[in-house]
Amino acid sequence: MSAIQPPAATVWWKQPLDKVEGTWIGIALVWSLFMFFMMPFWHVYGKQNLSSEAYKTTPQAYMAKTQAMVDQYTVRTETAAQLPVVRPPPGSDVYLIGRLWQWYPLLELEKGQTYRLHISSMDWQHGFSLQPVNINTQILPGYEMVLTITPDTSGEQTIICNEFCGIGHHTMLGKIYVTEGGR
Amino acid sequence: MSNATFRTCPESGLQFHKPAELLMRAHAVVAVVILLIGGIAALLVTLTRWPAIHLLPADRFYQLLTTHGVNMLIFWIISFEIAVLYFCSSTLLRCRLATPKIAWLGFALMLIGIIVNNAAVASGTASVMMTSYVPMPANPNFYLGLILFAVGALIGCFVFLGTLVIAKDEKTYEGSIPLVTFGALTACIIAVFTIASGAIVLIPTWLWSLGYINHIDAAMYRIVWWALGHSSQQINVAAHVAVWYAIAAIVFGARPLSEKVSRIAFFLYIAFLQLASAHHLLVDPGLSAEWKIFNTSYAMYLAVLASMVHGLTVPGSIEVAQRAKGLTNGLFEWLRKAPWGNPIFSGMFISLVGFGFIGGISGVVMGTEQINIIIHNTIYVPGHFHATVVIGTTLAFMSLTYFLIPVLFRKQVAFAGLAKWQPYLFGIGMSVFTLAMMGAGTLGVERRHWDMAFTNSALGFEYPASAFTLMGIMGISGVVAILGGAIFILVTVVSVFFGKSVESESSYGIATTRLSRAEPIVVPEGGHEAAGKWGMAAPGTFLLALFFLMVFVLYYAVNWKYLASVWPMS
Repeated sequence: MSAIQPPAATVWWKQPLDKVEGTWIGIALVWSLFMFFMMPFWHVYGKQNLSSEAYKTTPQAYMAKTQAMVDQYTVRTETAAQLPVVRPPPGSDVYLIGRLWQWYPLLELEKGQTYRLHISSMDWQHGFSLQPVNINTQILPGYEMVLTITPDTSGEQTIICNEFCGIGHHTMLGKIYVTEGGR
Repeated sequence: MSNATFRTCPESGLQFHKPAELLMRAHAVVAVVILLIGGIAALLVTLTRWPAIHLLPADRFYQLLTTHGVNMLIFWIISFEIAVLYFCSSTLLRCRLATPKIAWLGFALMLIGIIVNNAAVASGTASVMMTSYVPMPANPNFYLGLILFAVGALIGCFVFLGTLVIAKDEKTYEGSIPLVTFGALTACIIAVFTIASGAIVLIPTWLWSLGYINHIDAAMYRIVWWALGHSSQQINVAAHVAVWYAIAAIVFGARPLSEKVSRIAFFLYIAFLQLASAHHLLVDPGLSAEWKIFNTSYAMYLAVLASMVHGLTVPGSIEVAQRAKGLTNGLFEWLRKAPWGNPIFSGMFISLVGFGFIGGISGVVMGTEQINIIIHNTIYVPGHFHATVVIGTTLAFMSLTYFLIPVLFRKQVAFAGLAKWQPYLFGIGMSVFTLAMMGAGTLGVERRHWDMAFTNSALGFEYPASAFTLMGIMGISGVVAILGGAIFILVTVVSVFFGKSVESESSYGIATTRLSRAEPIVVPEGGHEAAGKWGMAAPGTFLLALFFLMVFVLYYAVNWKYLASVWPMS
């Protein structure tokens, strides 16, 4: 019977499979399992894995930690708004704030060094999109996410907000400058 | 139950229960009106993201993007799906519809919900996107409209389930329900899960917007909201796959290769599709890798397996039906000589190919835990879901509509010549549109973003010129697709409200010659092998499936390679 009528045989589940179906199901199953095991494989052998390290926080507490870092490691300011550019020591904890509509502060990191980059939002949800290297994560208020990153290209990277956050969303940019090592 | 409340369509042989028929018409008409509203918003949004035009100011853009998202992804599709549910229960089972009055209550709630939500967005106080991520606040009526709509849709689901019970009770069919009804049941079960999740997340959010609750956790909101947001799109998958099977049956008299395989594939949807809310949370703070891997892969890609099965069995059943008619030359005569001028078929086939090759592959790739790092919230994401929801679901529903105009509305299809081209215009326009978005997304262009040139930002950024080119291609092809959508609405509205009534069998317009009776093709015992090749009933389809797999594997590998070029992180 056609698909819009009840099956002809009451015991349709005993109808044997055609070779075309059986073969394809086998192939598709193997491919599905391959794709599944690729993910844990990459956790072991791949270099790009997002950590699940995160903490509950509050805007006030997170702001205080960020400001302490800014006060200690600011090397210069940029733009009319005098945004601080912070150069934290390699291996240290680096704090980044997303808020309407700014990433604070600007960061200067050293190529080949590893940093613990903390990110949180002061208000609404934001998206951390680092371009052109193309790393994207979701930033939530009340949560402090920690990424352990190792910049391996030097030059200027721009942080673009890629979660809609209101009318000024498209102006919300930040910078990470990556300098050559040993400066 | 008197015969007076039923009518039999002379052409298709389908039997309509009058109250069910009126409800189906009402839901379908509302759906098409919503499609028009969403389509106008689509045009304005596309013309804004097309960098050379950049039509709207930022506030209008975000407002219309919200209008477009909510109307298309929720209101249009679910309204049409309720009509499909009633068709698959009452009509296909030749059964009276359960509680028509309560069904009308559901319809009314849905309609009121649509109006309340749209009014809130139109007032400019709810430009929060379809996702309305907390703590960004919206006008309370935004949530209220969605809640009312959901309650109405839930009523529709229960009317469908009630009708199944009545049909079984009154023995309107023998044995098992038809495969298409089984697919609709799958969609219904997923819909109940979806709507329950929606209630769990939206009712507290509504109370929060009114000031009765003072805090909603952003991470918790996202987990539960996506059980609404993603699952609602899984209703579509189940529904449009059912529509594919229905159209294969309607146009070709095709019967499933095996009931067992197709039904198990639907069952896999019920069991595993809902895990996919994880797709949206792969780069969220705090979720463990184990949780992400298990959920994003639907356990072990078992729902992907199901879609790959449907992707074979639907064209496979068409191939078998065509071969039984004598189109046995070579591997592809059955496909070459398919009725490409019949929009019911051409739309369905483009829907199937586009959903699989563009929507399916991109969805699995970007839903891979680590690969999501290079894709999350870029315009690649809407590229993916326009391929699944627009090429897949919307185009399948459009194709079904060309069948329903004569059968359900008793009208000739107007502008039959235009209708013949409509699926091509819409399907190909949309395919280029989605591919351009994916290309731009790979270059890092953001979704839901008014200005990729970052005018007025203190710190600038320039995307590569190729990103602007791709967004221009997106704009052009988007306009082409919208033109295809406009033709659909023109054909539908003119046919239904101003069209000539169908009096005799020969006055069906485009559908006439190809609307074969829903009788099965008789395949002789052991005849599969005789008509096919390599001991397979559908060798041409098998070859196409292998081609699909090859594209899938290559594209998957390319994305891992791209990921490996990104900064190391852990």
